[in-house]
Amino acid sequence: MQLFLLFTLLLLSVGAYTLGRQRALAVAGGQVRNLHSLPSFYGFYTALWCGLPALLVLALWAMAQPGILVHWALASLPPDVQHLPPDRLNLIVNDLKNLVSGHFVASASDPVMVEAANRYRQLRAIGNAALWVVVLSIAIGGIAYAWRAISPMLRARNRVERVVNIFLIASSTVAIFTTLGIVLSVVFESLLFFRQVSITEFLFGLQWSPQTALRADQVGSSGAFGAMPLFAGTLLISGIAMLVAVPIGLMSALYLSEYATPKFRAFAKPALEILAGIPTVVYGFFAALTVAPLIREIGSAIGLHVASESALAAGLVMGIMIIPFVSSLSDDVINAVPQSMRDGSYALGATKSETITRVLLPAALPGIVGSILLAVSRAIGETMIVVMAAGLSANLTANPLEAVTTVTVQIVTLLTGDQEFDSPKTLAAFALGLVLFVVTLILNIIALRVVRKYREQYE
Amino acid sequence: MSKPPASNGAPLRTRDIKIIVNTGLARRHAAERRFRWYGLIAISLGLAFVALMFANIIGKGWPAFWQTYVQVPISFDAATLDPEGRRDPNTLASADYAALVRAGLRQVFPTVEGRLPLRALSALVSTDASYELQRRVVADPSLIGTQQEVWLLASAAVDTFVKGNIDRTLVEAERPLKDNQIEWIDQLQAADKIERHFNSVLFQNGDSREPEQAGIRGALMGSFFTLLVTFLLSFPIGVATAVYLEEFAPKNHWTDIIEVNINNLAAVPSIVFGLLGLAVFINFFGLPRSAPLVGGLVLSLMTLPVIIIAGRAALTSVPPSIREAALGMGASKLQMVGHHVLPLAMPGMLTGSIIGMARALGESAPLLMIGMVAFIVDVPKNFLDPATVLPVQIYLWSDLPERAFIERTSAAIMVLLAFMMLMNGLAILLRKRFERRW
Repeated sequence: MQLFLLFTLLLLSVGAYTLGRQRALAVAGGQVRNLHSLPSFYGFYTALWCGLPALLVLALWAMAQPGILVHWALASLPPDVQHLPPDRLNLIVNDLKNLVSGHFVASASDPVMVEAANRYRQLRAIGNAALWVVVLSIAIGGIAYAWRAISPMLRARNRVERVVNIFLIASSTVAIFTTLGIVLSVVFESLLFFRQVSITEFLFGLQWSPQTALRADQVGSSGAFGAMPLFAGTLLISGIAMLVAVPIGLMSALYLSEYATPKFRAFAKPALEILAGIPTVVYGFFAALTVAPLIREIGSAIGLHVASESALAAGLVMGIMIIPFVSSLSDDVINAVPQSMRDGSYALGATKSETITRVLLPAALPGIVGSILLAVSRAIGETMIVVMAAGLSANLTANPLEAVTTVTVQIVTLLTGDQEFDSPKTLAAFALGLVLFVVTLILNIIALRVVRKYREQYE
Repeated sequence: MSKPPASNGAPLRTRDIKIIVNTGLARRHAAERRFRWYGLIAISLGLAFVALMFANIIGKGWPAFWQTYVQVPISFDAATLDPEGRRDPNTLASADYAALVRAGLRQVFPTVEGRLPLRALSALVSTDASYELQRRVVADPSLIGTQQEVWLLASAAVDTFVKGNIDRTLVEAERPLKDNQIEWIDQLQAADKIERHFNSVLFQNGDSREPEQAGIRGALMGSFFTLLVTFLLSFPIGVATAVYLEEFAPKNHWTDIIEVNINNLAAVPSIVFGLLGLAVFINFFGLPRSAPLVGGLVLSLMTLPVIIIAGRAALTSVPPSIREAALGMGASKLQMVGHHVLPLAMPGMLTGSIIGMARALGESAPLLMIGMVAFIVDVPKNFLDPATVLPVQIYLWSDLPERAFIERTSAAIMVLLAFMMLMNGLAILLRKRFERRW
């Protein structure tokens, strides 16, 4: 419906473009040199006057309409319904919406509800018709205004360019608004959470069982929000991942940049980078269905008890995922070391490996540390592998054969399924998200600083 | 390199140094070879993981592209289907087709008697079989009164057995198929009445609780709508931002802040974007849960930094002489960008965007937050229908214990990887074909 209106508006704007162009040529007596701008700018000028104000009205209307309609439909309900507490009222509004869209609801037999739904439909039909009339008349009004405004002296190019410029600037602020949105949404919900659970208990508590009691006398619902086991689990799994990724990634990068023939490099580098392109859900599937049972079998073969969702399996697979990050980042870093340093080392009679370990690595160390920090921040924020392969129970352990849980796993489990926005259980997820965001942000900033400092050193 | 032994101040002679160096040489060369081996081992390990994963997934997923069908003689009995003989579509649609399936199976195995064995017998074919007959009859009412050999979808247990993944030596209670069912399957196989056809169900159906009826069409359409929203939002905004920062922006604090922001956003964990989507789009703006529109919004915020960074790289690679020439001919700054710089940078920008879209296609964590994990049977038809996407479908199926679902999960992964390879291949092609070196 509104999509159709949008399309009509688009067509109208195209029409406005040709109209404006012709008008400009007409007022200039067919001589382009009499005009201030090229004729096409007059076309764009008219099209913008046709499309922009109408689009703005359409957007505002589409946002406001449902709320107003619900308000009016509720006004037709008996007063005792209207004075219900907000959560009950919400249920009724939901029922109403379902009734309107033709789904079956329990209250379908209630004549009052049916009446309200009919009223809603009626109002919606009127609203949509009014929207068409308003939007189209604004569009046509815009064309008329531009039509009258066009004269050889009109600085159409400058006006059109100003609009485009505003669009460019507005687009570039989206990144800022995104960051702002992340910070505000996470901080706001976290503050609500810290009103119910103290911040020290959250950060340093050793018990995590986010089930809050529905009734006061309920058993086994302590509602403990000590996130220490989650932090420990995250560190354990990330640590295992780094133990896999750093040696393999670093050695691969060294081999590729120092030893490999160009032919081998041309094959191996993209092949290794396939690992970076595979979706994480695929790694999760691989970890849960292949690696975890394998580790379990090996463990029981040598007489060790391995949990079926061991930290080792998740960490190993996460390590595989991170290999290309470490290798491609350190590859850049190693290639940035000036050739003269290598040549100097060879001239003193050092072998290749001696040059690497005593000259290249110390010189590239800050950059390598930076790339490892970036990899750590990726490991901490990784979600799907741990959701699929790591456990749910919050154990405080350093044993990689046991099941641990991580911050991201808990965010997912707390926020999938039914939820209200006022229970500490869902708010806890935002507090965890805040911790995750802050930690990865700090790691990234440090890493980028270190890498930049290091680059400047050799430029 | 060992320390020179001469400490008494006497100058080392050339011969001494030669001896010192030569004695250490074998050890140093061994260390060199060792180091080289470590590198080779590391890189082969990495490559082995790639190969292992692909082999593992293709090995598991390949059988899912074939599906077992059972040939059953069905007599489209006029008395059951259309007692009034008026060929009314409503009567035809609501007739008891399950009875036809049961009758057909009994015709194959006339000796089976008793309630439980009969139930076991009809469990050989999928519950979808009766709907299949219904579709056929409604499409072509002239079938009524005829006897046809129909290939019916086998149940998941039969399919798994025929593919050799159920051990018939197990104790009866531990198998999904009972002894008599296995016997019937053997008889059907001996009579060539069991065949494997291409699994078109996988690409035609939405999700289902029954593995043999579950398909990825719903997820594919969900992914399509989500990615369409992502592209429509992130490409124009990303290109505009890149153009502004590269061509128009003054060097000041404000643009510095924007740049730092973009770099940081590129490294924010994807799940945090999910939290943003949940808190802002769903909770604050009241957009519907599970909708591709919201998924697309979240993913476009995630893809934006990728597109901006690629776009800026593409713009900087256009030489300044082009700009100077355009300005020299009297073009305005915007005309210079719009007519000359942007067309030259477009292949690079598109390449970056396609790579960003491929990443968005594989993303699932933020979509879990905004409710795109629901069990949805219907194929979504627009941007607001509840939907799921391919990676999330993989996540949902991977949780299910049935062997048939494990197969389908791997098959869905293969489809996902195929799409990603297609997109990356397109990006590489675009780069090879249109990229200009200056």
